[in-house]
Amino acid sequence: MLSNEDILRLRTDFPILEEKIYGKPLIYFDNGATTQKPVQVLSKIEYAYKHLNANIHRGVHYLSQKATEAHEEARSTVADFLGAAQREEVIFTRGTTEAINLVAFSYGEAFCTEGDEIVVSVLEHHSNIVPWQMLCERKGLVLRVIPMNERGELDLEAYASLLNGRTRLVSVAHVSNVLGTVNPVGEMIRMAHDKGIKVLIDGAQAVPHIPVDVQQLDADFYVFSAHKIYGPTGIGILYGKQELLNAMPPCQGGGEMIDKVSFEKTTYNVLPFKFEAGTPDYIGSTALAEALRYVSAIGLDAIAGYEQALTEYATEQLMQIDRMRIIGTAREKSAVLSFLVGDIHPYDLGMLLDKMGIAVRTGHHCAQPLIDSLHIPGTVRASFSFYNTRDEVDLFIKALQRIVPMLS
Amino acid sequence: MTINQIQDRIVEDFNQFDDWMDKYALLIELGNGMEPIDDQYKVPQNIIEGCQSRVWLHADMADGVIHFKGESDAILVKGIVALLLEVFSGRTPDEILQTELYFVDKIGLKEHLSPTRSNGLLAMIKQIKLYALAFKARNS
Repeated sequence: MLSNEDILRLRTDFPILEEKIYGKPLIYFDNGATTQKPVQVLSKIEYAYKHLNANIHRGVHYLSQKATEAHEEARSTVADFLGAAQREEVIFTRGTTEAINLVAFSYGEAFCTEGDEIVVSVLEHHSNIVPWQMLCERKGLVLRVIPMNERGELDLEAYASLLNGRTRLVSVAHVSNVLGTVNPVGEMIRMAHDKGIKVLIDGAQAVPHIPVDVQQLDADFYVFSAHKIYGPTGIGILYGKQELLNAMPPCQGGGEMIDKVSFEKTTYNVLPFKFEAGTPDYIGSTALAEALRYVSAIGLDAIAGYEQALTEYATEQLMQIDRMRIIGTAREKSAVLSFLVGDIHPYDLGMLLDKMGIAVRTGHHCAQPLIDSLHIPGTVRASFSFYNTRDEVDLFIKALQRIVPMLS
Repeated sequence: MTINQIQDRIVEDFNQFDDWMDKYALLIELGNGMEPIDDQYKVPQNIIEGCQSRVWLHADMADGVIHFKGESDAILVKGIVALLLEVFSGRTPDEILQTELYFVDKIGLKEHLSPTRSNGLLAMIKQIKLYALAFKARNS
């Protein structure tokens, strides 16, 4: 378990936490949107540009070799972090969104025909809804939606009944970005596999908070974004089982992804390069690897334990506020707290919290179908990281106690 | 009073406060004190959807001037809607079209008009000007 001293020491790794907002110390509770970056990652980016910058995979010269090594080592670091069987199963993308779009296109091309079905859940982020709707439109597929109970937990009985002979893929979030629900993805994968159905897990909200092992889960695809786990923006990961990735056509053409090109016929490169057209973000991959090393050094179990305790503390404190409604009370919950106070609009709460230096997210959190199903205008969401403290939670509560009467 | 005299008066009202809390308290008071929009005008064609909050705007022309009615589901936005209507409602299309809106900036609430806030206000101002254009075209 991380002690308060540990946390205060770790906080010094994050220069931005020293910032003042309207003259007040920044309290950053918007980690579900993006996390802040430790100096280790920032220095790595600078180091890479200063000492490793050359285009990779094609240079005979020294610097190109060094850059290629760093990029490919980063792939191995990601593979180890996820517990992948082989490093070739790790594809660099621009983020979670691009990774899901890649699967929606390439898996769709390889395995889906008219009348087939894709299963998502009601609590998905738009990035795990829209690519499938586009696939459905393109190939005449049907989108099926797993409902949830009033706590925000997926209805597994309903899920079981959605799996049938036409189901080609299940795509669900590991952790809900709005409700914090940790979905029982291991069980959901087993249920799908029993019927020979493949599963993609959107791990964007999970990897920063809980240990993930793709082989243990037996996930067919697992995707996440670097910027949500203390890494840089613009890079993310698609993990996919080798036999599946091999059977899928590339979705982008260009350099790097080819074997031989002629105007008569082009043959594609092997994994992972087949899915990485163009110059990859080798600086980003190097920095992502540093972020994963940073998180692993602290330990994801330790992080999960601390964040869990902090979230429970914040929940208890929030409940002291009159007319407080926590949105999402799943028994298995991650470091996300969505709430509403009476009929105060989330925008109003968010704007006034901002004035007090507290960064939260308000609105529908890119999950409109979920928000609509709850019949609310949106939520205020506080999402925590290990660098957040009880003192910050106390200030947050104090701010709410000042703001709520103003808006009531 | 001219439109700009009203804008100046609003600026004066707000700038008597140094503390942002007092400014927001006044904004909330204005929002709360606003006459609620009649249900018959709270219809889909009057909605201006923002990503964060929504605004309703209804326009009528009588005796050469445009009367606006508006509302929002967020109280801070509603307060600004109240101010905008104070400035623009009961004015001729030409007055509305010629007005340079400066009071929001001067009272330190410009951030509410930032496109990234996506609260419907920016679209509402655009809509007010569009109504003025449309009524002007119809009357000429």
